[in-house]
Amino acid sequence: MANVLSTETLDAEVLDKVQALIAQHKDMPGALLPLLHSIQDGIGYVPEACYLPISKALALSVAEVHGVVTFYHHFRSHPAGRHILQICRAESCQAMGSEKLEANIKSSLGIDYHQTTADGAITLEPVYCLGNCACSPALMMDDEVYGRMNSQKVAELISDARATS
Amino acid sequence: MGNVNAIKVYVPRDSSALSLGADRTAKAIAAEAEKRGIDIQLVRNGSRGLFWLEPFVEVATEKGRVAYAPVQPNDVPALFDADFLNAHSEKAVAHPLNLGLTEELTWLKNQQRLTFARVGITDPVSLEDYLAHDGYKGLANALKLTGADIVKTVTDSGLRGRGGAAFPTGIKWKTVLDTKSEQKYIVCNADEGDSGTYSDRMIMEDDPFVLIEGMTIAGIAVGATQGYIYLRSEYPHALKILNEAIDKAKGAGYLGENICGSQHAFNLEVRRAAGAYVCGEETSLLESLEGKRGLVRFKPPLPAIEGLFGKPTVVNNVISLATIPIILDKGAQFYADYGMGRSRGTLPIQLAGNIKHGGLVELAFGATLRDLLYGFGGGSATGRPIRAVQVGGPLGAFLPESQFDTPLDYEEFGKIWAVLGHGGIVAFDDSVDMAKMARYAFEFCAIESCGKCTPCRIGSVRGVEVIDKIIAGTEYNKNMQLVRDLSDTMLNGSLCALGGMTPYPVLSALNHFAEDFSPRGSGLNNQLQNQEKAKAA
Repeated sequence: MANVLSTETLDAEVLDKVQALIAQHKDMPGALLPLLHSIQDGIGYVPEACYLPISKALALSVAEVHGVVTFYHHFRSHPAGRHILQICRAESCQAMGSEKLEANIKSSLGIDYHQTTADGAITLEPVYCLGNCACSPALMMDDEVYGRMNSQKVAELISDARATS
Repeated sequence: MGNVNAIKVYVPRDSSALSLGADRTAKAIAAEAEKRGIDIQLVRNGSRGLFWLEPFVEVATEKGRVAYAPVQPNDVPALFDADFLNAHSEKAVAHPLNLGLTEELTWLKNQQRLTFARVGITDPVSLEDYLAHDGYKGLANALKLTGADIVKTVTDSGLRGRGGAAFPTGIKWKTVLDTKSEQKYIVCNADEGDSGTYSDRMIMEDDPFVLIEGMTIAGIAVGATQGYIYLRSEYPHALKILNEAIDKAKGAGYLGENICGSQHAFNLEVRRAAGAYVCGEETSLLESLEGKRGLVRFKPPLPAIEGLFGKPTVVNNVISLATIPIILDKGAQFYADYGMGRSRGTLPIQLAGNIKHGGLVELAFGATLRDLLYGFGGGSATGRPIRAVQVGGPLGAFLPESQFDTPLDYEEFGKIWAVLGHGGIVAFDDSVDMAKMARYAFEFCAIESCGKCTPCRIGSVRGVEVIDKIIAGTEYNKNMQLVRDLSDTMLNGSLCALGGMTPYPVLSALNHFAEDFSPRGSGLNNQLQNQEKAKAA
């Protein structure tokens, strides 16, 4: 499919999935965010090749769709690793030494924020508060929160994650 | 689950408890019971909020629940050996993890839990449990009143917006009630993004029906038939639990058409946010709900008059809405009898950061920071002196020890140029570098700015640069003046609280902890010395 932003094309199966999600959400009031969530939940990211069909279905311009996708930290326009590790950078965790933990994690994974390890296992993201502030420092691996973390516990989490798909 | 006569064992499912291994503890207890052929009924309750003691296991007895905490999976066999299910037996009492009756724990006994009355006690997704613990009594009363009378009750209770702005809830509701429109909305701001706060999360995960009931009452009061909970994407457990509770409420006639057989209709839907802090600002939130970039709107028009999709909209924080049921149940005066000055009722305070006993403390307004930090909190987690606290999230001021006797009251905090915000208190010990914290405040603002107004979009970026120059000692005096000028511009020229309040942490750090801003080395030396001391201790 032609796209003004990207030369990326989606394979037919993914495109069908996206079209089905568009059909499912397009009549909701304020449909765009729920739709983008469903696409990212379904295929792991929001490919730029989706912008055109979304814009047509919701009577928006491609630029508006692009604007929304890129405004929100949660949405990614490229595939992530198999697991997403989010490290809390907010004040409560800083008060409990998260900066050091953050530096250790980055150096042990050999990546910075918004990057994925070479084996494709882990994408590292910063997060500003997980609501686990009585158990700082906190982080989140996929949808699970972990509290009172230290480098050793994180190393275990990471090796567990690497061992799973 | 065992039969109904089996002994009830409670293991919380709150995310903070899960983050410390509550699921593994629950599994270990279930497995050990099965292995020993003992019939137990495992209940996954909310958390009592004593997070330094999670996983916090309780056993039901005739005298009340007995607590064992913190229980790790490898403690479980020894607990069974000690006959812990027979919690008042000599062996069980002698077990080192046995804390006695939960209700007798000083930490809980010294609180005034109104909004959090059921939290940690009930199974969050059991409607039967909710009803058995005074649930839906507020709605039953509301259904007998006119909208105007419900609004008056809320106004008379003195409840002010618990999200941080502290605007009287009843007045907001009255504006929506008085604005004629075929469609009105109730929007719950559950985009709890402030560091150090988790009371919204606890309500949603640990007692979701109270929020649903509060929103339903709000809908009936102002004539709104549709509600949205705008939930931050960082709370996946809350999402699951809210949706489960909404389905149950719908199934039992507490949501949908003809609520409890009345003429009122109210529908509720959870909408996921997408990780933008600024969407906690109400107009930005509404833009986001409409499917747009979360750009802050100019006010007026107020959302109460032209809100979601241009219709009159109540936008309230989770805690404000979750407090409505008890006000309607027990009356405005009951609630207003708590508190001090113009801060009526209670505030769920969240102790966070470097604190020994972190957790949820609900108290009437008026307690001092010192009571909370040392009485409830037990001092710092590291055992070192608490040097600074930040109250009210990333846009709240840093307070030095000389201000720890300030009572928690909106006006008293205003007098010292600080804010109570959402009631989060983050403690820092004396290894904190306040220049770094000031830098972080600008950095955070730069990351999260919606970009609509210049003071916030550009000021935050320049702020980071100026603090870097101060830290480096480059043109020190000039840059110290510049950071104050910049703060002044942001304070007075920003469109919303993000840019407008970033100067609170920055200037309070400058004013109260000036020594940390002296050209490095001395400030750096001070911090290094403290770190050395911390290592030696």
